[in-house]
Amino acid sequence: MADGPVQARGLRKRFGEFEAVRGIDVDVAQGEVFGFLGPNGAGKSSTMRMIACVSPRSDGTLQVLGLDPDLQGPRIRARIGVVPQQDNLDNELTVRENLEIYGRYFGLSRRHVKARAAELLEFAQLTERADDAVEPLSGGMKRRLTIARSLVNDPELLLLDEPTTGLDPQARHLLWERLYQLKRRGVTQIITTHYMDEAEQLCDRLVVMDGGLIVAEGTPAELIRRWAGREVVELRFLPERRPSVAELEPHVDRVEELPDRVLLYTSDGEAAQSAVHRAGLRPESALVRRSTLEDVFLRLTGRTLVD
Amino acid sequence: MDLVGSGRVESGGRAYAPGRVHGVLLVVEHFWRWYRRNWRATAVSSVLQPLLFLLAFGVGFGSLLAAGPDGGARAAEATGGAPYLVWLAPALLAMSAVQSAAFESTYPVLSGFKWQRIYFAMTATPVSGAQVALGHLTWVGCKMLLTGGIYVVIIALFGGVASAGILGSLLAAVLAGAAVASLITAFAATREDEGTAFNAIFRFVIVPMTLFSGTFFPVDRLPGWAQPVAWISPLWHGTELARAAALGGLAPGGWALVGVHVAYLLVLLAVGVWLAMRLFTRRLAL
Ligand SMILES: Nc1ncnc2c1ncn2[C@@H]1O[C@H](COP(=O)(O)OP(=O)(O)OP(=O)(O)O)[C@@H](O)[C@H]1O
Ligand SMILES: [Mg+2]
Repeated sequence: MADGPVQARGLRKRFGEFEAVRGIDVDVAQGEVFGFLGPNGAGKSSTMRMIACVSPRSDGTLQVLGLDPDLQGPRIRARIGVVPQQDNLDNELTVRENLEIYGRYFGLSRRHVKARAAELLEFAQLTERADDAVEPLSGGMKRRLTIARSLVNDPELLLLDEPTTGLDPQARHLLWERLYQLKRRGVTQIITTHYMDEAEQLCDRLVVMDGGLIVAEGTPAELIRRWAGREVVELRFLPERRPSVAELEPHVDRVEELPDRVLLYTSDGEAAQSAVHRAGLRPESALVRRSTLEDVFLRLTGRTLVD
Repeated sequence: MDLVGSGRVESGGRAYAPGRVHGVLLVVEHFWRWYRRNWRATAVSSVLQPLLFLLAFGVGFGSLLAAGPDGGARAAEATGGAPYLVWLAPALLAMSAVQSAAFESTYPVLSGFKWQRIYFAMTATPVSGAQVALGHLTWVGCKMLLTGGIYVVIIALFGGVASAGILGSLLAAVLAGAAVASLITAFAATREDEGTAFNAIFRFVIVPMTLFSGTFFPVDRLPGWAQPVAWISPLWHGTELARAAALGGLAPGGWALVGVHVAYLLVLLAVGVWLAMRLFTRRLAL
């Protein structure tokens, strides 16, 4: 593979005895949007922090923008933008000051950060609140400010750790649109999310992590084809009428049991639904839909997304 | 709107990793911005409190001494003949520097790691953890210099300044404060809790230190066993230095003693700075 902005081989992160990232290979290509999915504790943020050159790797090799984070951390960090999972704004400064002071750390002149802050305030739709302290802002506004702040140095590589958590739907869609603009200008993006629609919308390629390992990799369409099949029948039963997996299995490719539903994976949802009916099973409700990344996630990690 | 670098290059608009000193100064700039916005909140504790000490002890207690049955002879003997206020002023300067150093290096440091987590924001930029530690300490030093300067003016207004040597006292105060700040900053960087250990620091270290470092009466008036306690106190060394600068008239062995005081404080400072840099680096690089 050609030298992309991020290359990792056998990358590991240990915290004492515990190994959070257990040997992963990652190749991110120039200009693509690359996603990390995975349940809580999978090791996504630990990986992101190593790529952001703030957390030294425990083992393996890592190159970011062609440089080694252990040797060139500050030079790499000058060229990337980071949205951490947890906001770390200066609550006692104003919104504008947060942007300006952060920009100064990248060696940018006062004049430049002033102009840049004005642009980014527009971007984050925070112009009205520019001179308010950060502390009383709503969670979503703080998140937007953190995202805006990550762009202050015109990064070539943008790392977004759950960027839209806490945003309302309108702000989320706006952010997607902005990220798309950035992509069109060639900014490589790495994003983690628990929202599958977001991953499908934004990511060119993604990996699913579980327990510190990468368990699947591909484009959203590839992953769905390989791990979920074409269609899903969602059935809800009264608890006393709920059939066993063995009763359902003959009619479909695969059965997944959730606390509140049963999911049937199949190439033909309508046919499966009729087969279930002919077998004398009477669900309270039945829904046929196309498979999504959510189904891939469930299959690979045995968990629903938001747990 | 121009969201990303679209090839636009203007001077000052290209991101780079600032050098060692530049990075430290940028951290200082950050705190200075904070201070410009929030100075009122801290002005009270950093100027008003020493002012009250000055009034209560320097003016109030000092006049009591002078009005004693011996006409202040014994007090004058203890102060080397200087009026009590003049004798006390440089020591108060050192005391307020050390107190403000201790305060600035406890909760604000923990907040940087734990509550607001702004240190993590700083180290996501090209700036390093060691630069954050140095920036914090430099800022505390600047702030001590600033509030100390104001304090000198106030003391002068009350007639407590005998010579320009008080500026030397100010430097001595900042040196003692910096030594204390660096050690406490290093300690704060190890705390994971909500800062409960800081109460112990104030109660069992800072308060005794301010009482037994020769601020209000010479250390040789303490019982013999207690005097070595003063010798390890950075505030005592700072107080001796500050007084020597303000009152002048060093005895023949005096310069050697000055050298010892300075060396002791510099060693503490070096140890504290080294520890703080290491501990910041470790904690910010998880
Ligand atoms: N500083 C740390 N010290 C010790 N353990 C840590 C540290 N940071 C993370 N871990 C552990 O490493 C594992 C992976 O954490 P990480 O934050 O990378 O997960 P994640 O995939 O981002 O999860 P989430 O979706 O909840 O954000 C977790 O078990 C976590 O407890
Ligand atoms: Mg995470």
